[in-house]
Order: sequence, then structure tokens, then C-alpha cells
Amino acid sequence: MAHSYTPGLKVLKNTEILKERRLPLKGSVNALVGDDVSPESVIAKTDLPGNVQMVNVANQLNVDASDVEAVMIASEGSQISKNELIAETNGIFGYFKSQVHSPVDGTVESISNITGQVVIREAPIPVAVDAYIKGVVHEVIHNEGVVIKSYGSFVQGIFGIGGESRGSIKMLSETRDSEISAEMINSELQGLIVVGGSFISLEAYKKALKCKVAGVVVGGFNYYDLEEILGYTLGVAITGSEDLITSLIVTEGYGKIQMGQQTFDLLRDNSGRLASINGATQIRAGVIRPEIIIPNNTSREENSARDAKKTSGMIEGSLVRVIRSPNFGAIGVVKELPAELRQMESETMVRVAIIKIDNKLFEIPRSNLEVVETD
Amino acid sequence: MKLRSILATDCGSTTTKAILIEFVDGEYRLTYRGEAPTTVEAPFEDVTRGVLNATMEIEELSGRKILEGENIITPQKKNIGVDIYISTSSAGGGLQMMVAGVVKSMTGESAERAALGAGSIVMDVLASNDGRKPHEKITRIRQLRPDMILLSGGIDGGTTKHVVELAEILAAANPQPRLGQNYKLPVIYAGNKEAISDIKKTLGDLTDLDVTDNIRPVLEQENLKPSRDKIHDLFMEHVMQQAPGYKKLMSWTDAPIMPTPGAVGALIEMVAKKENISVVGVDIGGATTDIFSVFQDQFNRTVSANLGMSYSICNVLAESSLPNVLRWVPFDIDEKELTNRIGNKMIRPTTVPQSLEELVIEQAIAREALRLSFIQHKAFAVNLKGVQKERTISDAFEQSDSGESLVDMMELDLIIGSGGVLSHAPRRGQSTKMLIDSFLPEGVTSLAVDSIFMMPQLGVMANIENKEIAEQARVAALEVFEKDCLIRLGTCIAPVGKLIEGVSILNVVLEFENGEKKNVDINFGDLIRIKVGYEKVEATLTPIKGVNVGAGLGQQINTTIYGGQVGIIIDARGRPLKIKQSSSERISDLKKWSDALNEYPELGK
Repeated sequence: MAHSYTPGLKVLKNTEILKERRLPLKGSVNALVGDDVSPESVIAKTDLPGNVQMVNVANQLNVDASDVEAVMIASEGSQISKNELIAETNGIFGYFKSQVHSPVDGTVESISNITGQVVIREAPIPVAVDAYIKGVVHEVIHNEGVVIKSYGSFVQGIFGIGGESRGSIKMLSETRDSEISAEMINSELQGLIVVGGSFISLEAYKKALKCKVAGVVVGGFNYYDLEEILGYTLGVAITGSEDLITSLIVTEGYGKIQMGQQTFDLLRDNSGRLASINGATQIRAGVIRPEIIIPNNTSREENSARDAKKTSGMIEGSLVRVIRSPNFGAIGVVKELPAELRQMESETMVRVAIIKIDNKLFEIPRSNLEVVETD
Repeated sequence: MKLRSILATDCGSTTTKAILIEFVDGEYRLTYRGEAPTTVEAPFEDVTRGVLNATMEIEELSGRKILEGENIITPQKKNIGVDIYISTSSAGGGLQMMVAGVVKSMTGESAERAALGAGSIVMDVLASNDGRKPHEKITRIRQLRPDMILLSGGIDGGTTKHVVELAEILAAANPQPRLGQNYKLPVIYAGNKEAISDIKKTLGDLTDLDVTDNIRPVLEQENLKPSRDKIHDLFMEHVMQQAPGYKKLMSWTDAPIMPTPGAVGALIEMVAKKENISVVGVDIGGATTDIFSVFQDQFNRTVSANLGMSYSICNVLAESSLPNVLRWVPFDIDEKELTNRIGNKMIRPTTVPQSLEELVIEQAIAREALRLSFIQHKAFAVNLKGVQKERTISDAFEQSDSGESLVDMMELDLIIGSGGVLSHAPRRGQSTKMLIDSFLPEGVTSLAVDSIFMMPQLGVMANIENKEIAEQARVAALEVFEKDCLIRLGTCIAPVGKLIEGVSILNVVLEFENGEKKNVDINFGDLIRIKVGYEKVEATLTPIKGVNVGAGLGQQINTTIYGGQVGIIIDARGRPLKIKQSSSERISDLKKWSDALNEYPELGK
């Protein structure tokens, strides 16, 4: 049977989920293999080195760099407070002394007799990593973090903004082609993850931010509206560090595109349940897609059969989504994967798949198709 | 040893490309090529898997046994195996560097030039005078996590204070390498030699410090080679060692693995030197656009890190603005819908234009990505700054200064385009027109595209150091470059100067190999193609007073030019190219120019 590898977005009802939670620098891990964790459980902590201030004592006191050590009052390694005297000249007969005070609380890290600079390091910045999802500690990465295992539904979006968030799922749209309007958003949705159909307008998303909605999952959003939210034009799809109360996950793309049937049905089936979402997206080598994780309480045995069914690529009969115009957003079934190159209207010679969409056959470049990975 | 066969791979971020070069009938030729997905990332995490898969494709196509289990058979025995195996790599994001210099426009720029020339991406240039406070620099160094840092500053014997200050900033930041937490960050010091002991004292324990010759020993001289060589060494010793599978790959190759753009640059530099010509090479990828140039024997490379055709396509739109993209589109389109379409290409980067309309839009964006990248290149490829010149009274009127761009479009002899949008455009007329519209060559310039982007493999081949085979490999690289790598599009003749609407500005007489002659008068605004294959054509170009086609205003030229798959293009649209503001006039002009090169014959039918 003809076969083609086109990775797609995952829409899995019940699967094993492994989540690595790692510190930015080495630190201490507060969990053991087998521990039950909730999304809020802190699993690892570390201290990031504090900010550094450099004070050019030689310039400020008008002395040679080689004489700096002689005028220093604070020594290397000493703790100092903001405005504390750290260096002083002898002056003339004890008068007219010049002084340097510390600009911050911190520790004197080094005193250079070549450049006359004194490096003061501020207090370390504590960082804690939480579990993000409900589950069990599956593996401990020594001094760095853990891998959490959970079972449940897993949905990938195509693009998102905003970082990790959690809340219960609330369906706002009855159908997958309806839009979320500003009138549909109110303060009762605070802390929830709302799901729409084909589109959310800028106005509606701004209202969601105002009402402190935890997240929005929707088929499409306008690319040109992102600028108003982010404050800059999004040139490359690397997101996740935005400081937004409401994470936005787009499942299909830019514009008004109805949410995929499988995605919509799966989210509707999970209505009212607690989900962890992350809008972080990185479309480069090492791709990261935004995700919606809805853990359940099933065990490994119940899931093992399903794991085995994972698809490995596009084959005849695969469910696929068209990801470029014409027919953008349509879902169809692969009828044939011809081996030879075919010419498109653009005169580009490509490998194609013959797709059945609403009982009509279409010839579409394989690279413009995405397998919908369902279970 | 007689070199009979060479297997070369380029491990890119997404695809590993293998080529087989064989000595056939007295010359080296590309015989087979294969490709497979790169396997640096999970689930494979071993680059050699992709190399083996791409090689297996060559085995299948050629019927030649190259692999024995999971090993490449070298040297060739009868018809089995290959004599040497070599590779380049840009997988895992390539080589990412930070550079530092005391004065941004002097040692900072020299350090940047050295790093770019070695094939790296320069994430940031730190300098004592870059306007940032020390703590801002420290925060930046921590955020970036480069693979390597090149520190320079000061001329030999000059003051040491500033460069040691930079070293102290690096030490305070305690930078961590990008790949892995278990090794020290490599730092190359290439500054004032008087400061070496202080630099060692400051950075010796914290980093893996290596010292090489000063990049700017005196103000008037740049000495980039030792730093470039050191970057290549450390790339192999440290960065590659961390990438999955590279230790094994390094044990297979008969020459050090080079960063992909470093190899391309080396090849372009060699071709320019051998032919004694000025060259501009461009590689437009999904995320970045690399431009290489050789003018006045000086090589320069720039990477426009966020100008590309898929991952960073929206950044092209943001930097050039929508009207600038739309000015190349010969039909009306809803602007908001267009931005959503471009956004969708960014988030689905592997899609291809199925409809003709989509192809036209992508090629419009490519023109802007190339144009912007070339502007950046021209600003970077300059004479050394800060060099004092002795001036006479006649120079006082010229105002030429240090820091002048080396890029002289009238002097340029050859433009080589590569990257999907140029190499794989359905019609060669499209690639030709994209190159002309975005680079705007002046005078007489040859145009070519790299057929399958094999310049990286040929570059590393031309740089093999093993004396026994170095010369043969160099000859093989140049032969394959001439015969199989380049697709000759043709020659562009572009008069510049005072061009007046409706006035004949140039007379062109062409004499073809079969003795036929063609005499054409060119008016301002014309874009004309004369169909002729890759053959010698004797050209006599006579511009009117005030117009220059290479020899000076009003001066006639007699020269030998070549046709190609598109032919000889006479572009009298003027420089800079002015596109009319009115939508109907613009569309009418675009259609006229497009028809001249048979660019989109089906559009609007």
C-alpha cells in the first residue's frame, strides 16, 4: 500500500501523556518516582544567579585601576547593602574624601585591578517548577526535574499565544462553524477554558482578557489582529513567553476556519473537566505546538491497546486535513497515493494524494495535507 | 591515489542530501543524488541514520554498493564503495555565536565578519560602545546561550583596559553553552596580544578559553583567517561533539565536517578567485537568507536571520510592509486575506503553492526577502572602518570615506541563486526575474541558479587538506560546479544613467555562434528577452550620452556574453526601479514585463 510520512496534529481521546518538567539550571528535585502530583505541586526548585551590577570604582574615585584594591572598604565575598560605603579615598589630611556607595543589596563578587571595576551580584532569584498536569512522577532527572505520566485526552493546536494555564472546559459554541462574539464573554467565565467554533474576533478576545478567562480554544483568529495583543508584529512563530492572562490556542489557522470535527467533538465530550493548556508555539526545527491536556483516571492497562493504534503516516484511508488553499480547512479521506509527480496549476511538479471531500475527488499536494491523528 | 569517487552529504535542519561524484570519461561529474529526512531529533537522535538513508537511496539508484552494514566502504574496491566520504552540517540550528569587540564598527565588525565567514549565525555583537549598560549586556549573554563566543578588541600594543572589561562582563554573566550543561563554553580570544594574560586570568577557569592571533593587529589590517580556522576547529571539537550522532559521523569523514554556509562561502570565494570575477551568491531558505559576495578580492557573508520563505515569511512582510510585497503582484487582492494567507504559510511551513495565484504571491515575497537581505549585505560588506586615509585636494570633492560598501553593481559579473524558491521555481524565467527585480544588476551580469543546492558539498570538497588528494578534490569540485551544479539562466544587460521616457537609450548588436546578427534599439522602460542558449555571443553595446552600461557614460562596450536557459535579457527599466503607484498602471507594467520573460503565461487565462 502506498505510504507517505506527513506528521499531523494529534487529537487523541485517551492516550499516555509524558511531560518533562525541567529547571532552567540545576537545582533540587522535590519528588520521587511514583508520587501523585496535581498541577500545582512544586516538583523542583533552584536559584538563578542574581543580577549583576558593575561599578567602575577607579573612574568614580579618579584613581588608577591598580590602586582600586587599596581604596576598597568592602572585600571580595562580603555582603553589602544598598547605599553602603564600598570604597573611599584617603583624601587630603583626612578631608575631601571621595566615596563610592553600593547601588544595590548584594555580594562583592570581584574587584579588578586591571579595569578598576567592582562586580556586585544581587541576591539569587528563586525559581520553582510545578507539575503542570495531574499525574504520577514517572522519572526523576537528577537535579534537573521530573517526567510526569498521565492518561487522558491530548489535543494539539496549530498556533497559540500565552503560556501555561489551567481551568475547566466550557463550550461556548454549539457548532464548529460558529464564532465567539464579545457578547458571549462575561465575568462568569473567569478561570475557565472556553471553546469556540471557527473564529474569535479581536474584540471578543480582549473581553476574555478583561474577564480573566484562563484560555480560549478556537478554529481561527486573524493574523493581523495579533499585533494589537502582542504589541509587535509576529514575524516568526515563536511564542509562549507573553504575559497574557488568557492563553489562546488556534486549532486550524489564521482566518475563519471551522474547527476540525474530531477536535470539536473531543472537547465537547470533556466539557466541565479540568484541563491544562499551553499556548507556547515554536515552528522551527524542534517544533513545539500548543496543547490541551485533559487527564482522566484510567490506568495503563486500559490504554495499552489504544497506544498500539497510533498512525505512522499517510496511507490510503487516512483522515487528512487540507492545510493550504484551495480547500483550506477541509477534512477528507485519502483514496489514492500516486507514485509519480503531477503538475499543479502553479506548474509545480509534486507528489499528490487523491482525496475525497464531501463525495468529490481532489488532487492535492501531499505537503499540503496533514494527517489527523486520532485514536 | 587517484580519486575515482566521492560521496558527499549535507546534513541540513530538515533534509540530509547526498551526492555521488564519479570520474567518468576523463572528467568528474555528479552521477547520482539521494535525500532523506535529517535524524538529529527524537525519535532517532542520531544524524548518521539520515546519512545512511540518503546513501541507501544513491545505492538503489546507482546499483553500486556503498554501505557495508552501517558503514560507508572506503576506499573504492573495483565497483564497491567510494574513495572518500565528506560532509557539511547545519542541523540543530547550525553554529550560533556571539561576538564581542571594543569598538562596534571596528573590532566588533571584524569579529562579526570572521564568525559569519566561518559559517555561523551571529546572535549579537557586544561592544564597549554599543550603548548598553553592563548589566544589560550580562542579561543578554545569559539569555542567548550561544555555542561559542569570539572576543576581540584593541590593536596589538594598544590599551588593554577595554577588552579586559568585556572579558569581565563575560565572566560575570558566566555564560552556559546551548547544548548540554556538562561542558564549559568555548571562548576564542583574538584581540590585543598584550591582554592575553589578563584575559586568561579573567576567563580561564570559567570557560574553555582558546587564544589566537589578533583579528585586527593594526588598524589598517584585518586578519580573519586564524579566527575562522579556530572557529572551525572548536565547532568540530565542542559543538559537534554534543550533537547526537556526530561523534560517529566525524569518525566516518575523510575531512573535517564544515558548517554548511562556511563551505558555500569557501566555494564562492574559490570560484571568484579562479575566474577573477566579482560574485554575489544567495541562498534563500525557510528561516534565513545567506548572501555571499566577493568584490575586490574581499569575501563577505551575511545572514539575514529572520528573512526566509516559510518560518520567517511573516517577518519579511513586517520588515518590507504589505504595499512593498503587493507592488510585485499583477492582480488585485484583499489585503487582510493576504496577511492571513501569509500567516498560514508561517505556521504550516512545508506547504507548497498549488494555485498559480499562490505561486505569484510567494515569488513576490521572495523578491522582498532578497531585496532586504541584499540591503543588509551591502551595509556590512564595506572597507575597514576607522582607517585614516591620506587625502589630496581632489579627494575632498569625492567624499568617499572608510566604511564604503564594496558592493558595486556595475562591477558585478555573476549572481548565483539557490534555495527552493529560486532553484525549484516551475519556470526559469521566474527565477531570472526574481533575481533581476531584487538585486537590480547594472551593466552586464551573468545569472545562474544552483540546480539542487550542492554548493555545500562542493565547498567542503574543495577544502580537503590531505595533500595526497587535495588538488584532485579541488579540480573535481570546480568541474562539477561548472557542469552540473550551475544552471545558466543567461545574461542581464542593464543600462543606467539619465534615462528619458520614450527615448532610445541603447543600441545592442549581438553576433551569435552561427554567424547570425541581431541589432536592437532599446527604449527607456523596455524589458526585452532575446532567446539564446548557453553559447558565446559577441555583444556591442552603445549607450547614448549620459547612459552607462559598464565602460562609463556614453561609452561603447565590446564584450563576450553567454545566453542560457532564459537567454539575454535587456533591462532598461532604470535604477532604482520605479514601480508606478496607480494600481492599473502598475498591473499593466508588471504584465508587460512578465510576458517578456514568459513568467506566468497562464495567469488571467
